[in-house]
Amino acid sequence: MAGRALRLAGEAPAGRRSFRSIAEPWTYLSPTLVLIALLMLVPLIVGIGFAFQNVQILNPFKRGFVGLAHFQAIANDPIFWKALVNTLWWTFASLILQFVLGLGLALLLWREFKGKRLVQAIVFLPWAVPSFLSGLTFAWLFNPVVGPFPHWLHALGLLASPDNILADPALAMWGPITANVWWGIPFFAITILAALQSIPNEMYEAAAIDGAGMLARFRHVTLAYLVPTIAITLLLRTIWIANFGDLVVVMTGGGPANQTQILPSYIFTVAFRKLDFGYASALSMVLLALLFLYAILILEMRRRLRSAF
Amino acid sequence: MVVAGTSQLRRRLGLCGHWLALALYILAALFPLFWLVKIAVTPTDLLFGEGIRLWPSSTTLSNFTTVLGATDFPWYFLNSVVVSLGTAAAVTVVASLSGYALSRFAFRWKNAVAFFLLLTQIFPLVMLIAPIYRLMTPLGLVDSLMGLILVYTAYNAPFATFLMQSFFEGIPKDLEEAAMIDGCTRFQALCRVILPLTLPGMGATLGFVFTAAWSELLFALMLISTETRMTFPVGLLTFVSKFSVDWGQMTAAAVLALIPACAFFAVIQRYLVQGLTAGAVKG
Repeated sequence: MAGRALRLAGEAPAGRRSFRSIAEPWTYLSPTLVLIALLMLVPLIVGIGFAFQNVQILNPFKRGFVGLAHFQAIANDPIFWKALVNTLWWTFASLILQFVLGLGLALLLWREFKGKRLVQAIVFLPWAVPSFLSGLTFAWLFNPVVGPFPHWLHALGLLASPDNILADPALAMWGPITANVWWGIPFFAITILAALQSIPNEMYEAAAIDGAGMLARFRHVTLAYLVPTIAITLLLRTIWIANFGDLVVVMTGGGPANQTQILPSYIFTVAFRKLDFGYASALSMVLLALLFLYAILILEMRRRLRSAF
Repeated sequence: MVVAGTSQLRRRLGLCGHWLALALYILAALFPLFWLVKIAVTPTDLLFGEGIRLWPSSTTLSNFTTVLGATDFPWYFLNSVVVSLGTAAAVTVVASLSGYALSRFAFRWKNAVAFFLLLTQIFPLVMLIAPIYRLMTPLGLVDSLMGLILVYTAYNAPFATFLMQSFFEGIPKDLEEAAMIDGCTRFQALCRVILPLTLPGMGATLGFVFTAAWSELLFALMLISTETRMTFPVGLLTFVSKFSVDWGQMTAAAVLALIPACAFFAVIQRYLVQGLTAGAVKG
């Protein structure tokens, strides 16, 4: 008994001290974590609840639990399926073009030359342009009244007549994709340039001493260093672009005839124009599930690739 | 001799190709913005006749004076400045604290916290628009700039935390340890010794968040309905859908919206690499 009391008395200060040292980092983290909890986690949970209810702001009497009815409606919603296909198309076309052009730019900037700082500032400028403005600017460039693009495309023989491609169901998706590529090239260029600059020079010298030619050095040093960065950037960027609905909302509003509707812009339209929060939340759950599946698929592929080599 | 000549020729050609390729990128980056300015300074009566000329035969600033004097754009501009500066200031404060925690403490769940913050970066924020609207209505935060600042602060804090963490990593730990031995508490050491050294980093964070808040469209569209409380993106888009043929005024307003974004870009340009690699997924 006495021994136990003694031990407790002896431990108490140590316990307090360790409590303080445990609490200290969390105190510094708490403003950020509380904000995220209140403005992301709580709305997320509320949104999951909405997905199984009727929540229509314009129709306050039609309320209540509807079970899986929204999800059944989604399965039979032709706009949803169109938006799903469009989302894939939009994401991968934007991603590949941004990546290839961004890689090219990074390789061009990966050496010293006169005026490099100025050139870098200019070619990275599109990143600073607010995305809605980049959307509006390209919408105007594609407009035959004030923009040159339709006339150029016509002159090149790519368009039969100088019309607005944003109004053409077959071509409209290229409008937001073009704006997205223009706006997103700097992101890839900067990320890849940072990775290139982190390659230690000794690696190239060692490879040269071992008799590696230019091609072998590129393959075994540059690529070997770049691939991990590129892989993670591509993975994260895919998800980011798939969630990025601003340009479609600004440039076409999903039209003509939902030909450019992608999932985020569809969710926004249902929530904003129809004020049907229940259906919008159910669509959001589907988008979240798809992104989750994609991430798992990629991680699994990575694991298999690793064990294969 | 001949060999030296060809290798020099080859180098010259390579240099030319390099500059040619760079010139294409420069042209592609600047042309859309140039065209925006061009439409804005074209007099309305010339616009349709000289629609696709590279430069109009006469120019005017009347579109700018109309936008500034006879529309609601000064309101939008002011609201956007308030929201963006408010968000940038709030985020810089909370992200300095959390970035400091990630940089200086070793604690249980640290990796989990970092992973959680990274996860928020790829989360589809568009799905929160409806629940946020619903939750904020009874609190009086819908149709208010304060509500927008709160939302933007929460959504930009994770990325800014990583950015601030990377700046704190560059400052030796001995500095605050010395200050703490001299009798400062850790918080005092942070405020008096460490933060003054991270001022450039805080400036960069301020710039990144300002740019992000200045660009945000979808939440602002949903949450703001009163004309005099609209931020620039909402105001401009409303203007475009109402007066979609008033090219001069639309583009003049767009050019004005570009100015603060470009100014902050000039400030943060040096930190782009650090910022984008810290955020990894930030657009």
